[in-house]
Amino acid sequence: MITVQNLTKYYGQKAILDGLSFEVATGHVVGIIGPNGSGKSTLLKLVSGVEPKSSGTILLAGKPVEAYSRKELAKRLSVLQQEALPPLGFTVREVVEMGRFPYQNWLGEEVGGDDGLIDQIMERLCILPLAKRTLERLSGGERQRVALAKAMAQEPKLLLLDEPTTYLDIGFQIQMMDYIRNWQREHKLTVLAVLHDLNIAAQYCDRVIVLKDGGIVADGVPREVFTRSLIQEVYGASATIISHPVSGVPQVLLQPAAMSELPAQIRKI
Amino acid sequence: MLLLLSASISLSVGTANVPLVQVWKILLHQLPLADHWIQPTWTKAEEMIITQVRLSRVVLAMLVGASLALAGSGFQGVLRNPLADPYTLGVASGASVGAAFLILFGLQAVLGQWTVSIAAFVTGSVTLFIVFSLASSQGKMRVETLILSGVVLQAFLGSLVSFMVSLSNNVVNEILFWLMGSLSMRNWDFSLLLLPYLTIGAIVLAAYSRTLNLFALGERQAAHLGVNVERSKTVVLIVSTLLTAGAVSVSGVIGFVGLVVPHLVRLMFGPDYRLLVPMSAILGGGYVLWADTLARTLLSPKEIPLGVVTAMIGAPFFAYLLVKQKARMKG
Repeated sequence: MITVQNLTKYYGQKAILDGLSFEVATGHVVGIIGPNGSGKSTLLKLVSGVEPKSSGTILLAGKPVEAYSRKELAKRLSVLQQEALPPLGFTVREVVEMGRFPYQNWLGEEVGGDDGLIDQIMERLCILPLAKRTLERLSGGERQRVALAKAMAQEPKLLLLDEPTTYLDIGFQIQMMDYIRNWQREHKLTVLAVLHDLNIAAQYCDRVIVLKDGGIVADGVPREVFTRSLIQEVYGASATIISHPVSGVPQVLLQPAAMSELPAQIRKI
Repeated sequence: MLLLLSASISLSVGTANVPLVQVWKILLHQLPLADHWIQPTWTKAEEMIITQVRLSRVVLAMLVGASLALAGSGFQGVLRNPLADPYTLGVASGASVGAAFLILFGLQAVLGQWTVSIAAFVTGSVTLFIVFSLASSQGKMRVETLILSGVVLQAFLGSLVSFMVSLSNNVVNEILFWLMGSLSMRNWDFSLLLLPYLTIGAIVLAAYSRTLNLFALGERQAAHLGVNVERSKTVVLIVSTLLTAGAVSVSGVIGFVGLVVPHLVRLMFGPDYRLLVPMSAILGGGYVLWADTLARTLLSPKEIPLGVVTAMIGAPFFAYLLVKQKARMKG
């Protein structure tokens, strides 16, 4: 589904992404993790075609990203961002319907029509009762569900997630990821997800790619990638890795540094 | 409907009042079929005033208002800034420089009655291209840079105009009056000049109204939903600028219409550009029509500059909207 070869991105003189190569097979859920500034979000912007790359190739379904028009691209991939919707005066239904934009002609009519699709999606995400409410009168969690509904209305083959759970409380985080996983399984979606939370990544991803300073430092199933030494190397934090008592996936427990390991200045405080 | 009523009221009042019924009869009499069964019960002078003087002015007022309000909704949609108006990118200042220059050197008539209009239009459009080239880097224009470039250029051109005003002693009034906007002494030709801009502008903006809705979510969101962001931005900005330049070139700088009307429409009908674009045109037409009617009747026979009236009604109204918005946020 996605083929990335030798991808490089410069901002001025600084290389944000430095010769990345990887492939994502159709129907897989791949997480991208790494510390701040490692190039995760930049990678997503390049794959979604909103930023031009400096060199290398990105193929979506065998065709370079830049060869797609924005509308063609919007029919194949949708993106869910961390703060996806600003508080506006549009109603929930209007926003979800915006997801059909790539399928509409210039009069706003859709060839074939989408009878019931919008309702089905809103029903599934339990936002049907909110249909007539305006975005500015929704909570953060509800707004993010509307953003997901809009992404679903695009009926993509590929879903890009850019830390979609960052501003949500733990209940909404899990709910959000469950919605996405069910949708992914039903429609055999390919998902490329930038995630901050390692434990969420371990729960929901078939495979994780670890970025640091614009390069790949590890790539594989979470069970093999998440090790004490990798967390130390990539994040500079000590951690204990345990196995989830129910699902068996690795979970990362963070460990505050012992007094003796702290630098002198911090110890004085 | 309301607009039609406003228009006929505006036609009837003035230095010489003509009763409303009379106005309708005169207008209907102009129609080829109706003139058989309407008996002329008015004087020739009344007919002249209505058809020759006032009707052309009323129509022009509505066209100018519609153009400015449409341009305002376009600018606000793309720049996603509530304070954006047709003059944000310096178009009006550019046009003013051209007009002031001609007036200063007494060149208003070299190319006939259109001289000032043409100069204003050309300098206004050139200004936009300067702003575009200042703001674009690597084929992209960031909204913040656009607004900043516009403001900088506006300040610079404004100083040029002030400089020219200070240079001229005897013609100060003429430049200032042009700057404050007026619809007096404009015949039908001015409406005919503006009409094609308005028609094209309205069609293009209406076609882009769904795109403007997506812009409200942010440029990146709009791109993910299939909008060609840079192209849409450029088209809407150019069309809005042409509308502005057209309006400014026939009427001078009339402030506040393009700022207030789209906000008013938003409060009344919500943020959907599919409604906002047409309603802005209609409300903008009505707003300038009323302002112009007041401008020529309040201190009759003296005329108040139109720009003064629109700002005098517009500014307090805008303040009222802000207070109301604050109250709603609290509640």
